[in-house]
Amino acid sequence: MVDTAVERRAFADAAAALGCGLGVALGLVLALKSTDPVMAFHGSLLALAGLAGGLFILKSSFGPDGGKPADDEDYLDGPIKVATIAAVVWGIAGFAIGDFIAWQMAFPALNFDLPWTSFGRMRPLHTSAVVFAFGGNALIATSLYVVQRTCHARLAGRWSPYFVVWGYQLFIVIAGTGYLLGVTQSKEYAEPEWYADLWLTVVWVVYLLVFLGTIARRREPHIYVANWFYLAFIVTIAMLHIVNNLALPVSLTGTQSYVVFAGVQDAMTQWWYGHNAVGFFLTAGFLGIMYYFIPKRVERPVYSYRLSIVHFWTLIFLYIWAGPHHLHYTALPDWAQTLGMTFSVMLWMPSWGGMINGLMTLSGAWDKLRTDPVVRLLVVSVAFYGMSTFEGPLMSIKAVNSLSHYTDWTIGHVHSGALGWVAMVSFGAIYCLVPWLWKRRGLYSLRLVEWHFWISTVGILLYITAMWVSGILQGLMWRAYDSLGFLQYSFVESVEAMKPFYMIRALGGLLFVIGGLIMAYNVWRTVRGDEPVDAMEQPRIAAAPELRPVAAE
Amino acid sequence: MKHATLEKNSILLLVCILIVVSIGGIVQIAPLFWIDSTIEKVQGMRPYTPLEQAGRDIYVREGCYTCHSQMVRTLRDEVERYGHYSLAAESMYDHPFQWGSKRTGPDLARVGGKYSDQWHVEHMIDPRAVVPESIMPGYPWLAARTVDAADVAERIKTLRAVGVPYTDEMIEKARTDLAAQADPESKAARELLQRYPKAKVAKFDGRPGGEVTELDAVIAYLQVLGTLVDFTSFDAAGPSLR
Repeated sequence: MVDTAVERRAFADAAAALGCGLGVALGLVLALKSTDPVMAFHGSLLALAGLAGGLFILKSSFGPDGGKPADDEDYLDGPIKVATIAAVVWGIAGFAIGDFIAWQMAFPALNFDLPWTSFGRMRPLHTSAVVFAFGGNALIATSLYVVQRTCHARLAGRWSPYFVVWGYQLFIVIAGTGYLLGVTQSKEYAEPEWYADLWLTVVWVVYLLVFLGTIARRREPHIYVANWFYLAFIVTIAMLHIVNNLALPVSLTGTQSYVVFAGVQDAMTQWWYGHNAVGFFLTAGFLGIMYYFIPKRVERPVYSYRLSIVHFWTLIFLYIWAGPHHLHYTALPDWAQTLGMTFSVMLWMPSWGGMINGLMTLSGAWDKLRTDPVVRLLVVSVAFYGMSTFEGPLMSIKAVNSLSHYTDWTIGHVHSGALGWVAMVSFGAIYCLVPWLWKRRGLYSLRLVEWHFWISTVGILLYITAMWVSGILQGLMWRAYDSLGFLQYSFVESVEAMKPFYMIRALGGLLFVIGGLIMAYNVWRTVRGDEPVDAMEQPRIAAAPELRPVAAE
Repeated sequence: MKHATLEKNSILLLVCILIVVSIGGIVQIAPLFWIDSTIEKVQGMRPYTPLEQAGRDIYVREGCYTCHSQMVRTLRDEVERYGHYSLAAESMYDHPFQWGSKRTGPDLARVGGKYSDQWHVEHMIDPRAVVPESIMPGYPWLAARTVDAADVAERIKTLRAVGVPYTDEMIEKARTDLAAQADPESKAARELLQRYPKAKVAKFDGRPGGEVTELDAVIAYLQVLGTLVDFTSFDAAGPSLR
């Protein structure tokens, strides 16, 4: 028995080291052969990452503990810690870049007339950093945590979970540096070029296998509801990513490629992807967070099992249809626009079903909203989810969309979802996770969470109200006619009118960045092992499971 | 079937999820490839010239789509502001499409021919020199960079592979065509015009005799936008009506 475990471990180490070797070889070939400087740079990054990974594997294989069979009873939390820290770090980077480009819109001199700092290259850097780097790491961290706890099983694979986490960070670095150096295929939220897409596909398939493999080892007969959402998120993102990114590279050693679709088909495919990046990355995945962390933190069961079933299947079925509402009144055929609008309006129902399920989980524990700021973050995030999933269907109605589309209203809507829902629920989950993962008695300071909550909330409100006003103003100015029947405003007059709102928005964004920094400080002090300054005020659930007072168990 | 069956079988759950999330995409995307009326029958559309395509690649590289749409919607004020509403046929050779999602700046679907080359040069180098209220970034480096012509034939060949109807001759002559479009007096420019009708031939950046710059390429691209379809022969109520 021991022998097979030792053999299995040796085999896993050998396979992982071989994979790293392959990465180094491929990276070196690209670094040396490519005439494209960006490709050569990204090749050397791959080679370096492979080298670092290989050395780490060899060290642990032949090091002092080498050869000992792994303790298969424990949960595997190392990769989760990495992803949690990565979420915090990338989050602050992504928020800060976003705020910087917000100031650029108020003060265009901040573009510095340089390629690497111009808005067109920084904006994809911002969106990818917050969606994929911050959101993605929060999802990877929580999903790998939740699947182990709800299945009572250790993560599948010896090195695969590490590969998922570190491979994903490599993808982020390749994509982000690529944008700044002018490598993009311009499909929104799918800007990385073909080679980065291929790399992400490999990482993602391993992620799916790790997740499924862990479920397969479960010691509970039922798969918990949060895992349905995580699973739907992982497989649907795989499908969307592969189809939307189908492209033909000009050369295998160059960065440039051309998407296989053109014009109207490309537009439809892109927004099928783009809206479901929202639906499955930013919604289904984070609903997984909601379904685990809210019940856990308030120590109440999920409000309704039946509602979760209805919520899950209707949400994933309806979301996929909503893409065409990004293309109202365009050259996309009317039948597709109408379908997109109809399904978007229907989507309101499952969204609110989910919201109700999340909020009502607090039944009998509403006082925690007052006493525990982490609960408040989680619950307010669900409230924002409810608000933006009402606003979304509203904006998908063609008559409303004719006014709102192409304006800042869309930007405001996205941010009420992204800042209010996605970021707040992630903050809540991170505040839960850090003491649990690092085995602390609680967070360093719950008071700082309180500050984070209020500063971020004020920031969000400034942001979205500024964008409502500027968006609607823009839309109205574009369609205004004077008494003689001529268009009343030139385009640039609408640009000029935006300036005060762009400043308010940038200020709101700045508050949000400050909130993120407060969180980073709090997380750092907690990880470092500093005793909580307000231990008495923290709920028992804030402590790591093994440190919780037994009496209440 | 009880829902518990799905909850106890991960592979079954996975398969059901895949089926449920596939339906919408199949219904909405697949028919666009075989319903004939999706793309109107029009006169005048042609693939981009090598220089226009190089300009388009730069337009994509700089992320112009983050602030400019290329899609005039079928709304009265847009048609009055920008011109005829955009047809699907007008972007049928666009890999990828550039319809955009935000108008921090104006729509560019029909910007071709609206401003002089000289205006574009000044505007790209310093937008506020010509439009004081503009918040567009300046792109002075485009004027200093020679357009990368090394793999232009390869790029056009790749575009043909994904469906743009470039001919063998167009691929073979891609490099000469790229230079010729910025060299108005040349014989090669006349040949270019036979291959690509309505192409604008000019030293776009206003520096005759100089290298073909990225600024030349971007302006060549901007100047062709929305100018190709012959709207005198287009009948919206005709058989190609969606």
